[in-house]
Amino acid sequence: SKTREALGAEIQATLFEGDVDEETWERLEEALIMADVGATTTAKVVGQLEQEAESGGLEGGEALSRRLQELLADIARTGQDRIDLRHDPTVILMVGVNGTGKTTTLGKIAWHLRNELGKSVMLGAADTFRAAATEQLQGWAERAGVPIVTGPEGSDPGAVAWDAIVQGRAQGADVVLIDTAGRLHTQDDLMAELSKVRRVIAKQLPDAPHETLLTVDATTGQNGLRQARLFAEAAEVDGIVLTKLDGTAKGGIALAIAGELGIPVKLIGVGEALEDLRPFDADDFAQALLS
Amino acid sequence: MFDALSDKLQATLSDVRARGTLTEDDINKAMREIRLALLEADVNFKVVKSFTANVKERALGADVLGQLNPGQQVVKIVSDELTSLMGGAAAGVSFSPRPPTVILMAGLQGSGKTTATAKLARHLREQNGSSVAVAACDVYRPAAVDQLVKVGAQAGATVYEQGTDRDPVDIAGWALDRAKQEGKDVLIVDTSGRLHVDERLMDELVRIRKVVRPHTILLVVDAMTGQDAVNVAEQFAQAVQFDGVVMTKLDGDARGGAALSVKAVTGKPILFASTGEKLDQFERFHPDRMAQRILGMGDVMSLIEKA
Ligand SMILES: Nc1nc2c(ncn2[C@@H]2O[C@H](COP(=O)(O)OP(=O)(O)OP(=O)(O)O)[C@@H](O)[C@H]2O)c(=O)[nH]1
Ligand SMILES: Nc1nc2c(ncn2[C@@H]2O[C@H](COP(=O)(O)OP(=O)(O)OP(=O)(O)O)[C@@H](O)[C@H]2O)c(=O)[nH]1
Ligand SMILES: [Mg+2]
Ligand SMILES: [Mg+2]
Repeated sequence: SKTREALGAEIQATLFEGDVDEETWERLEEALIMADVGATTTAKVVGQLEQEAESGGLEGGEALSRRLQELLADIARTGQDRIDLRHDPTVILMVGVNGTGKTTTLGKIAWHLRNELGKSVMLGAADTFRAAATEQLQGWAERAGVPIVTGPEGSDPGAVAWDAIVQGRAQGADVVLIDTAGRLHTQDDLMAELSKVRRVIAKQLPDAPHETLLTVDATTGQNGLRQARLFAEAAEVDGIVLTKLDGTAKGGIALAIAGELGIPVKLIGVGEALEDLRPFDADDFAQALLS
Repeated sequence: MFDALSDKLQATLSDVRARGTLTEDDINKAMREIRLALLEADVNFKVVKSFTANVKERALGADVLGQLNPGQQVVKIVSDELTSLMGGAAAGVSFSPRPPTVILMAGLQGSGKTTATAKLARHLREQNGSSVAVAACDVYRPAAVDQLVKVGAQAGATVYEQGTDRDPVDIAGWALDRAKQEGKDVLIVDTSGRLHVDERLMDELVRIRKVVRPHTILLVVDAMTGQDAVNVAEQFAQAVQFDGVVMTKLDGDARGGAALSVKAVTGKPILFASTGEKLDQFERFHPDRMAQRILGMGDVMSLIEKA
């Protein structure tokens, strides 16, 4: 598209202007670091591009710029990046660090499934810990026009997840969406609790949850990699939802997560309204990373 | 857990000891390791640049004969510089001679404002015996008011709320009137999360500020924030000239380089550290501990202190 070319040209202008020399690679390195890509993945990308340039395969700023986009997009594009909704019902579990956007994303997904795809949805408010977390998800259930199962504050989150699936099956829901409390990946007891919620879900419906999504806030720095690693260990994460991309943060840590852990980004959050959810596009992401 | 920066520096500078002083070449080698360590800790790229330039100057020709090895000496220089950059007299919250003292909380979505509002209320009640009220000015996020009602009550604060149908600016003004009438010592105003580039909401914040004339404005910053922390801090500083920072989620394993970035670009001190979801997990900020955390070297420092 035209915007894409325009953007590409802009990047090329700032990154690859003048002779390609030591400074060019430093500038590129700087740009990737500033986007939170992290030192390891940055070194990999810059090293690769530098090597290809030196072996004579890439002539001129435009070719370099295009190849750079390709390299970045290739890293971002990993594993299964779609969410399979063909189960009966499909159970989606939302996990992540505090305040990253789990509850909001679930509200958006519920609305999207119901209004754009015509699916019937059941929400499960399994964050029984944070003050008014249940009321918050109830607010989203209302906005999205979908039913919700809740439990008393402080009650067992596994029990709420169980009930949501039971109710969802009884009402013939296509998709059951389960919210969980925010937790830091360093809190062993809370991570064990998450594993337990998964086991409870599997007891009610073998193979479920079919999709475990980890929310990563786009403003997150290098800690995001540890978050993804430890959540994946405890809860078999299938994909990332990269939230808050409507700010100025580039979300480059998602590139490191994709590259180092092979976990794909599946959805992006671009605002606080129902419709502010998008499928992830590796090319657009690569483009925006350096713009 | 943490890769010991000092070990790396020791290896890098292994042949310096015999010479007794650090040459420019030694320093450049050391600076590369330090630069990487700081970037891994999410200190902003530009801040790292100027910081390493300063450290380099101090380290050049430093006398490394003595009880510490050269690697440890460089670490000590870095740590001292980091501490002084982050420290300064942490003034704390300033109180008004004529109560109520008004504190305004601001920050990005999900950074921990509502939790910090309740924590600060509890802290001021316990430390100063103040009577505290909190105002619910987030009318956008579903159940934000319910959340403050709950955590505010847990903190022993009076919660002023008018639901979600009124303009947050009006609610803030109304809450201030009530705090005056009811003779509260402190009023803490919770606001909705907002992006620093959201003009409408940044303007709303400016209007809330005009109405309540806060004695202290606190920016709430997530310790896990990466390179973007400087943009956020600069924009909030420009819009509302905040006075200090609350760093949240420090109970995790993020190095928290954002603390240094924010301090470096705005000059505003970090006043409080939030270290958990429970209301008592809140304390005064310690610049020296943060310096060590960013460098990832708790053990190294105690070693240096002993030497
Ligand atoms: N600008 C913006 N804000 C978002 C986005 N997604 C979520 N938010 C906001 O981020 C804040 C936190 O979102 P929540 O959905 O409550 O996050 P959570 O992970 O459920 O939080 P906890 O349950 O407390 O751990 C709220 O103010 C949301 O409105 C997004 O894509 N863009
Ligand atoms: N582990 C940990 N969690 C925290 C800390 N401070 C806040 N939280 C959690 O972070 C999440 C977001 O906190 P809130 O206080 O709701 O954040 P907020 O800035 O008011 O969010 P919005 O109003 O949506 O912008 C909640 O799950 C809190 O329990 C902290 O110091 N440590
Ligand atoms: Mg939530
Ligand atoms: Mg809040």
